[in-house]
Amino acid sequence: MATKAKAEKAATGEDGGSRRDFLILATSAVGATGAALAAWPLVDSMNPSADVLALSATEVDISPIEVGQAITIQWRGKPVFIRHRTADEIARAENTKLDELPDPQTDQDRVEKPQWLVLVGVCTHLGCIPLGQKVGEPRGDWGGWFCPCHGSHYDLSGRIRKGPAPKNLSVPPYTFLDDTMLRIG
Amino acid sequence: MLSPEKGIGKWIEDRLPVFSIARHSLIDYPTPRNLNYWWNFGSLAGITLVIMIVTGIVLAMQYTPHVDMAFNSVERIMRDVNYGWLLRYLHMNGGTMFFIVVYIHIFRGLYYGSYKAPREILWWLGIVILLLMMATAFMGYVLPWGQMSFWGTTVITNMFSAVPLVGEDIVTWLWGGFTVGNATLNRFFSLHYLLPFVIVGVVLMHIWALHTVKSNNPLGIDMKGPQDSIPFHPYYTVKDNFGLGVFFFVYLTIVFFFPNFFGEPDNYIPANPMATPPHIVPEWYFLPFYAILRAVPDKLGGVIAMFASILILFVLPWLDRARVRSARFRPIYKQFFWLFLVDCFVLGWVGANPPEGMFVTIGQVATIYYFAHFLILLPLLGMFEKTRPLPESIAASVTSAAVTSSKG
Ligand code: HEM
Ligand code: FES
Repeated sequence: MATKAKAEKAATGEDGGSRRDFLILATSAVGATGAALAAWPLVDSMNPSADVLALSATEVDISPIEVGQAITIQWRGKPVFIRHRTADEIARAENTKLDELPDPQTDQDRVEKPQWLVLVGVCTHLGCIPLGQKVGEPRGDWGGWFCPCHGSHYDLSGRIRKGPAPKNLSVPPYTFLDDTMLRIG
Repeated sequence: MLSPEKGIGKWIEDRLPVFSIARHSLIDYPTPRNLNYWWNFGSLAGITLVIMIVTGIVLAMQYTPHVDMAFNSVERIMRDVNYGWLLRYLHMNGGTMFFIVVYIHIFRGLYYGSYKAPREILWWLGIVILLLMMATAFMGYVLPWGQMSFWGTTVITNMFSAVPLVGEDIVTWLWGGFTVGNATLNRFFSLHYLLPFVIVGVVLMHIWALHTVKSNNPLGIDMKGPQDSIPFHPYYTVKDNFGLGVFFFVYLTIVFFFPNFFGEPDNYIPANPMATPPHIVPEWYFLPFYAILRAVPDKLGGVIAMFASILILFVLPWLDRARVRSARFRPIYKQFFWLFLVDCFVLGWVGANPPEGMFVTIGQVATIYYFAHFLILLPLLGMFEKTRPLPESIAASVTSAAVTSSKG
């Protein structure tokens, strides 16, 4: 009798009940934490793998690029624009007022050497490759690049001026190994 | 014939009641006696799903999910594999038919108020199926690895970069790299294989909910007794089969005579990560949503509007406060229904065109109207519309000459 009463008390009420509640809660919490931890390897396996991360830096010889010319090379699977800017283009990029820019940044902050503009050629809207590298392609209202996908205009410093893209074309990490060799990455 | 009353049939039935379940849901299932042809599209959607799975599994035996081989493996299916061209065209255009059928099925629900109590969960499960179908079709389109495959994926996956703070990390995670690449193609193939079976699961729940609350009907009133219903078999099995014949006529006409009508020629150019095609368009069934994305001149805003345009369907049962279900008895709603349908076509047309000139304005107006339909018109109609009197019962309406004139 005594044990039965005790069991009933434990199942339904007061002191014993809260102990059972606690056990259920603690077990569920440990179980949920365990499941979450076990899920992490599954989720993380979908992140870039070591071989993808190891994609090496790219080196380019920039000596053949004449003033006013631009080339596109591939770095980490993405296009990188290298433009040899004219004096006039540099002046226009440097003299832009910051309050005209949706994503304000000076031209000086975006280049190592003013004549060499190096950009990741991926539109910051939804990832198309902007036009303007080849002769005859539209270069947008600010003479830089124009993204045909949804109409973003970039200026001669690769800064966004008009259209749905929120940010400037990004500048990849790069160093000049000497006067003719550029290393990206 | 096996019978559940005797012999092996009874032996099975006693252990797993397959016979009674089949009889209950496919033969005796009481169905309103007044269903019209718009009620054919549910069974058509189910059959299309089966066609997609069967053709897909056979295609997967020949397809290679690798960036260097995917395009050529699809070309090999087209040229060298026995009947490969047929399998691929059935699968490709089956996707198109699937969306046509499901969109009609959804608009049927909108017209006859099938989302209203007690069918809210049935309606939700339908929207979940639509979302899963969209994900499946989107990932399937990546597999042939043509220019549109590659750039469509790039643009769509990049939408997630609009998420504040972690956006870029999410996109890298989705890609498994720094661009759409081999890792992306592989995982999309894996998921493209998986999701249709998830859809099968949700479809079963959809039918379970249907059989719990029973079918709506063109009058939008409940069945009140046996005089209002007829058994599913043979009445609707016959009607569904007739519809299936018409469906196959249309589907196979496309497959045999216009197999690339709904496709983009650019997708027969192998993917080139270094050159974006001048005009990127998604598959036709995504065009209205693509137009909504581009109507908002802000990256995050556009993505939110696009997702909201589908998610808003989840709360539709509470936005539309009218008690009367069927548009037949809602003279004003009926007009706005057609206007809404036209609006969706306008959005589709805008989505197919470059975002320039008048298309920008038209797209924005049509987007605003899309949301206004749900958020302003429907709640107001619920309050002010004067509905027409409902018939006493389904039986009374189909038998009395007086109401037969009230078509709609
Ligand atoms: C909900 C059902 C499904 C839909 C909506 C769907 C949609 C699509 C679409 C739109 C394509 C691109 C067709 C093209 O342009 O070439 C495709 C390709 C493909 N699908 Fe599916 N699919 C479904 C189910 C399946 C299943 C269950 C499998 C197999 C396991 C499968 C295997 C494939 C394969 C191997 C390809 C590449 C070959 C090709 O491009 O024709 N699909 N799918
Ligand atoms: S991707 Fe460049 S404007 Fe949209």
